[in-house]
Amino acid sequence: MPQGTTEIPLKQQVLHENQRIAERLRNRYRDANLLCVNMISAPGSGKTSLLEKTLEILGDEASPLRVAVLTGDVQTDNDARRLARYGYPVKQITTGGCCHLDGSMIERHLADWDLSILDILFIENVGNLVCPASYDLGEHDKIVLLSVTEGEDKPLKYPSIFHKASLFLMTKVDLLGLVPFDALVAEQNAARIHDGIEVIRCSAVSYHGMEDWIRWLKKRLHAVRANNCRETVTH
Amino acid sequence: MHELALAESIAQAVRRTMEELPGRTPVQVRLRLGVLAAVDLAALQFGFAVAARESGWDGLVLEAVCVPAELLCVECGARTETRVAHGDCPVCGSSRTMLHGSDELEMESLEVVDGNTEHASRNDGDSPEATGAA
Repeated sequence: MPQGTTEIPLKQQVLHENQRIAERLRNRYRDANLLCVNMISAPGSGKTSLLEKTLEILGDEASPLRVAVLTGDVQTDNDARRLARYGYPVKQITTGGCCHLDGSMIERHLADWDLSILDILFIENVGNLVCPASYDLGEHDKIVLLSVTEGEDKPLKYPSIFHKASLFLMTKVDLLGLVPFDALVAEQNAARIHDGIEVIRCSAVSYHGMEDWIRWLKKRLHAVRANNCRETVTH
Repeated sequence: MHELALAESIAQAVRRTMEELPGRTPVQVRLRLGVLAAVDLAALQFGFAVAARESGWDGLVLEAVCVPAELLCVECGARTETRVAHGDCPVCGSSRTMLHGSDELEMESLEVVDGNTEHASRNDGDSPEATGAA
């Protein structure tokens, strides 16, 4: 090192500010005893359609879960208007060019919501398989969607999100057989990145797999609440 | 393309650090980049150069070290190092492997030199209150 040069250790995450906000959000979700899932996919994989059917099914149940949706897009409030028809609280986050949601956007849009009346908070991220993977929104689970009209090798091309997601929803499976998509190869590719990743094949058109998806959500909600309860007892 | 947002976060950290270091100029930021950090280094460096220039540090560069991840084989239990996001176990050939410690995106250190060289050269000649290098 030349004379007069000093190396100063920083040892700091680049996204430390987002991380700080994500911790605050995590605390809010825990205090509200809710499950928060962050849904991530490329544009057009069917996030909004899947959420529409999810809200429809949940609304028809004997004792419906109380859910809400934050939906992110670069422009328009089309998705929020589609989802609001089901009678649950829905808020659009328009990022105005930003390719992902970050913690501060979530915090701003949740500022006037009473989370304690909710069971599940869905966050529909901006359609993008790369950038949203880097931003912690305090969620319990990242869920990655890949539709059968895309390529089976996407888990290998976009490993980060498949590595971090706890569930892989293979969407539009009603089209299997009509498109040259090998579902097994896609699942094997996902398993190469994330051994043991849970997979549900589903369709918002034929309702195939929707029961499994709803069951998964309820299982996670129970697990999160059991964990909150244990923590409360321990402290 | 979240590299611009990341570049701005790094520039902010540099600005905060430099507030405590009057009379010095930052010349290099070192990053640690994990295999799964999902960052394009060239795009990050481009964004950072713009942010650095805006802060008056024309010569400030961003360098990154790629941090290898640990590849754990589910079949044979071997732990090996890898620099790619997926791979077969080099010991037994199994494709059932898991990656650990692979998404870091950390600012490791900042190299600074004595003197306000950048500010001095920017102000030289066009500002009566320019004081030159400290």
